[in-house]
Amino acid sequence: MTAIETSKRPELDEGGMGYLQSLPRRVVTVYLPLLIFVIVLLFPFYWMTITAVKPNLEMTDYANFNPFWVVHPTLEHIRYLLFETSYPGWLLNTIIISTAATFLSLLAAVFAAYAIERLRFSGARQVGLAVFLAYLVPPSILFIPLSVMVFNLGLYDTPFALILTYPTFLIPFCTWLLMGYFRSIPFELEECALIDGASRWQILTKIVLPLSVPGLISAGIFAFTLSWNEFIYALTFIQSSENKTVPVGVLTELVRSDVYEWGALMAGALIGSLPVVVLYSFFVEHYVSSMTGAVKE
Amino acid sequence: MAVTSAAVQPRPSILSRILATLADSRNALGFGFMLPAAALLLVFLTYPLGLGVWLGFTDARIGRPGIFIGIENYEYLWDDAVFWLSVFNTLLYTISASILKFVLGLWLALILNQNLPFKSFFRAIVLLPWVVPTVLSAIAFWWIYDSQFSILSWALMEMGLIDHRINFLGDPENARASVIAANVWRGIPFVAITLLAGLQTIPQSLYEAATLDGASRWQLFRYVTLPLLTPIIAITMTFSVLFTFTDFQLIYVLTRGGPVNATHLMATLSFQRGISGGQLGEGAAIAVAMIPFLLAAILFSYFGLQRRKWQQGGGD
Repeated sequence: MTAIETSKRPELDEGGMGYLQSLPRRVVTVYLPLLIFVIVLLFPFYWMTITAVKPNLEMTDYANFNPFWVVHPTLEHIRYLLFETSYPGWLLNTIIISTAATFLSLLAAVFAAYAIERLRFSGARQVGLAVFLAYLVPPSILFIPLSVMVFNLGLYDTPFALILTYPTFLIPFCTWLLMGYFRSIPFELEECALIDGASRWQILTKIVLPLSVPGLISAGIFAFTLSWNEFIYALTFIQSSENKTVPVGVLTELVRSDVYEWGALMAGALIGSLPVVVLYSFFVEHYVSSMTGAVKE
Repeated sequence: MAVTSAAVQPRPSILSRILATLADSRNALGFGFMLPAAALLLVFLTYPLGLGVWLGFTDARIGRPGIFIGIENYEYLWDDAVFWLSVFNTLLYTISASILKFVLGLWLALILNQNLPFKSFFRAIVLLPWVVPTVLSAIAFWWIYDSQFSILSWALMEMGLIDHRINFLGDPENARASVIAANVWRGIPFVAITLLAGLQTIPQSLYEAATLDGASRWQLFRYVTLPLLTPIIAITMTFSVLFTFTDFQLIYVLTRGGPVNATHLMATLSFQRGISGGQLGEGAAIAVAMIPFLLAAILFSYFGLQRRKWQQGGGD
């Protein structure tokens, strides 16, 4: 039957037997639910954006202004945020901390993953399992003992408190992901290099790493996003305003006791999300593959 | 292998011979390569884990190292109604949010697995809630749930469905439902995209064969999709349960555990007692009390993985 024809054409295969459904049926079972999902999932972002450019007068006057739209958009909240608060400093802190933590974790993870997956030292499988278990240890049960340690080490209220603790959840994730990538590189390439007299170091830097660039990008992007989003450590280990990261700064410094500056808050949330969203939009495929890869391996 | 790289060096001195032997020994090299990751993880993950268990048995406060007091913290918590309320809240939050995330996420995954125009575009924007920092999207929800200017209340009133504003975060029951809704909103993309990756590995030929045998759409789902998706569902949901159970950020932003502790999770209670209240020992004890639940989830994940191996014929 026609089903056999489709399987001969790989480019149509993805759709499967979609042609068996009539259009009205597809509208009800596919397009309508999809539309609702997309609206619900994106509405908070729309609301964030519209609030960030809405003058205070319109924001609280629902009788005269439709809240879903903005009549006189203003950049006042964003100007206030960028020039009258410590927000640019928080952005800079977050960028520095996320970048440093990501590089540190990637470096450690590359060596660890290569050792576990390719050197196959005695006990490599057990170490691999331990790395996976380390990934499952949540920050929520570590922040109290870590805060004691951070304090005793004299790291309290410094960026190093975060740069050194973020790898606790980044290294297990990156190692796990890179192990999967290294596994896909054929052994024969390494054996050829060994016969030609390459050292393990040369094999790693000249053969394995160039071949696993997509994996490195995936792990790097994901690690950067995770550090950017981290909250509980940053909330616990950082005290002074000028050392805070964006998520903590927005929540603890922009929220005053009585009057909520909703416009500035939303602008802060929006601008704080933008770097990750831009990064994500450039590397969607890498991002998705690292997210699903971590689960599938 | 061991001979080759030593042989290419012309006349090795003793030192370089030792180095060459070390570089060829898989165990020595493996140890060296593992060192940076192992050192960081042992110092900042394994040690604090042990320290946390120890702190749970002490009366440590911020700025004062505690002394060993046995299980006094746990005895205190055992009689503490707020602690038990937080356990109940955590279970309610985890179970209801996970079920909703699973059902809606699977539904979205099935929709996205259809032959859609702009499929990758939809997949990209659907994942956005998961990419954006939780705290920042939670702030947006805070504004959406505002008691006076909630856009939801306004829209429902305009539609004539309700006649007064909903007190989203002020009323215990509403607050619970609101934080669960926000958590589900953020979790759906993760579940949907990972399950979608699982769906895409199911061969179309199975559906075609089943259709030729006269299977209905429900039978296709029940007897083809679901069994083949079970392993990835098990792992995805374990991760989802783990993240939901240990959630902190969303509650901290939206309610800080209020009203009257109705939304306190174990993690937020641990923070409130341990950091804000300064009772490190008691906070650590609450955190340690989460471990049995986490172990249960991890064991579940482990058996999920085993089942996957079994389905693939036992291979690695």
